[in-house]
Amino acid sequence: MDAVDGEVNVPVLMVLVKMARLRVGSPPFVLDVSMEVPPGISILFGPSGAGKSTLLDCIAGLERPDTGRIAVGEEVLFDSNAGMNCPPQARRIAYVFQTLALFPHMSAEENVAYGLDGLPHQERTARVKEILTAFRVDKLRARRPSEISGGERQRIALARSLVTQPRVLLLDEPLTGLDAELKAAIVDDLRAWNAARRIPILYVTHTREEVDALGERVIAMDHGRVVSEGTPMEVLEAPRRKRLAQAAGFENLLSGAVVDLREADGVMRVRLNDSPCELEVPLGYAAAGDRVRVAVRAGDILLATARPEGLSARNVIEGRIVAMETRGTLVRARVDCGVEFIVHLTPGAARTLDLADGHRVWLVLKTHSCHLVEE
Amino acid sequence: MKMDALLLSLRLALCVSAILLAGGLPLAYWLAYSNWRGKFLLEAVVAMPLVLPPTVLGFYVLIAMGPRGPLGELWQMFFGHGLAFTFEGLVLASVLYSLPFAVQPLIASFETVDRKLLDASAVLGAGRLKTFSRVILPLSTPGVVTALVLSFAHTIGEFGVVLMVGGNLTGVTRTVSIDIYDHVQSLEYAEANRMALVLLAISFVVLSVVYAVNRQVGRQIGRRLWTPWTAK
Repeated sequence: MDAVDGEVNVPVLMVLVKMARLRVGSPPFVLDVSMEVPPGISILFGPSGAGKSTLLDCIAGLERPDTGRIAVGEEVLFDSNAGMNCPPQARRIAYVFQTLALFPHMSAEENVAYGLDGLPHQERTARVKEILTAFRVDKLRARRPSEISGGERQRIALARSLVTQPRVLLLDEPLTGLDAELKAAIVDDLRAWNAARRIPILYVTHTREEVDALGERVIAMDHGRVVSEGTPMEVLEAPRRKRLAQAAGFENLLSGAVVDLREADGVMRVRLNDSPCELEVPLGYAAAGDRVRVAVRAGDILLATARPEGLSARNVIEGRIVAMETRGTLVRARVDCGVEFIVHLTPGAARTLDLADGHRVWLVLKTHSCHLVEE
Repeated sequence: MKMDALLLSLRLALCVSAILLAGGLPLAYWLAYSNWRGKFLLEAVVAMPLVLPPTVLGFYVLIAMGPRGPLGELWQMFFGHGLAFTFEGLVLASVLYSLPFAVQPLIASFETVDRKLLDASAVLGAGRLKTFSRVILPLSTPGVVTALVLSFAHTIGEFGVVLMVGGNLTGVTRTVSIDIYDHVQSLEYAEANRMALVLLAISFVVLSVVYAVNRQVGRQIGRRLWTPWTAK
C-alpha cells in the first residue's frame, strides 16, 4: 500500500527516562526506566500506580521527563543533554488512551480522517476506507462515538491512530471492559495489520489475562522501574516482587524466615510467621534467618480430607476450613493452618469431598509452586 | 413611539457582542490553559466589572476618555475629535463593562473539554490552532452562544456606565434604558411603560432561544449549558 511495506530495517524504540514528581500526602513518585522496544507487541505489565501511563506520556511527548533520551531508530525525539524535545504532534507516535478519547462531535469517519489533513482528498478517503475495512468497522463510518458499541469504539480508536502510519504505537489498556473473545478478535486484527509493518507496539495492561492472550514479550514495571523482562513464563511464573505477584494472580503471599538451606537438594526451608508451619521452597539468594516472602497460587494447592501419603510433593500441612464461597465455576476455600491459605477448587471437587466449614483438611504444595518474592 | 433609542441600543449591543467574541476567544483560551503563575491577577481584572458599581467603572472610563485622559488624547490624535459622549466611546466602555459576561462562559466551557481529547488531537499531529478550531471550539458551542447572548443582553440593559460615559444625546448615546429613565423623571409613565415592555419582551425571547438552542446542541455533543447561575 505504501513505502512502509518495503522497508527492511524497522526502527527500535529506545527509552531512557528519569523523572521525579512530588505528590501531596505520599512520597515523591520516581520514574527511572531504561528499555528497548523491538518491532512487534511488547506488553508493559504492572500494578496500578507503577508508572506505566506516565512512561507512555513521556514517550508520546505529553509529559517531559527530567532527564533522559527517547529515540526511534536514528531519530531522537527527546534528549535532555542536547536540550531537545520534539512536540507530540511532530513525533509520529500513535497513542490509544484507556478512555479512547474519540471526538464526540465527529463521525467515526471524521475521527479516523482527523490525522490525515495534509493529504489530497482522494487519498485521504481511500486510506480511511481501507483502515475501517481492515478493522471491520466500515459500516459504522457515519455514526458518532456515542452511537457505537464498546468493542467497535475500540476498533475505531485503533484505526484512527494507525491510519497516520505511526512509527510506534502506544496502547494504554485500550481493551479494558471487553470480554475475552472480543479482545482476542481485536488483537488478531491488530496483529494482522502489524504483520506487514512491524512497528514497535507497547501495550500496557495490569491484568494477567491480557498478558496470557497477547503473550510475546513482557516488560514488568513496579514503583517506576522495570523489574523484569522476558517471556510471560519468565516474568509471571516467578515474579520477583510482591505487588507484581499480586497482580499476576498469586492469592497467597506469606511472610516467613529462612530456617536452613539444603544446597544439595536445591531447596530451603521457610518457617511462616506466627505459626509452626514450615514450607520447603526452591533455593533463593538468602541465608538462614533472612526474612522472605513466598507466593503461591490458590489453584496450585491440593486439598485432601485425609493425610496423604506416598507423594512427591514435600509440603503437607494440616488445617481447618474457615469459610467456603462459590464464585461462578470456582470454589474459594479459606483454610486456617496457623496462617490462612486460600485454595481454589472446582464445585465438583468440593461436592465429592463433602467439604464444609470446620472440616479438618490437609494442604499439599509442590516445592516449585512456592515462589520467592521481594518486597 | 420613538425608535431612535431602541435602534441605538441594538446597534450598540451588536457591536459590543461582536468585539467581545473576537477578543474574548483568545483571552479565554489563554486564561483556561495558561500555566502562568500570575494568571489570577488577570482573572481578577476580567471579573471586576461584576462587582464594581457601574458608576465607578464609568467614572474612570470617562476620566481616561476625557480630553486630558490617555485614551482621549490618543483618539484625538487619530480621529480629530474626543471620545467621551460619542458612540465609539460608548462601545469601548460597554466592552469593558460586559467583558466578564463574555469571557467567563467561554473559560468555563473550554475548561470542561476533556483534556484527553486535546492530548489525542496532539498525538494525531494537530497543532494548537487546529486543536482549538476543530476540537475545543465545536465542543464549546453552548459556551459561545451563552457568551454572545449574555454580552448582548447585558449591553442592552446597562445604565450607569452609559450615563457616565455617554451622557444623553439623542441618536448618539441616548440608549433605551436612559430613555426610560428620562420618561419616568418627566412623569411620562405610559411612554416609559411601552419602552420597558419592549425591552422585557426582547430579553425574554432572546433568553428562551438561548436555552432552547443550548439544550438541543448540548444533547448532541453531550455537554451542559453554562449560565452565571450554574457556574462553579
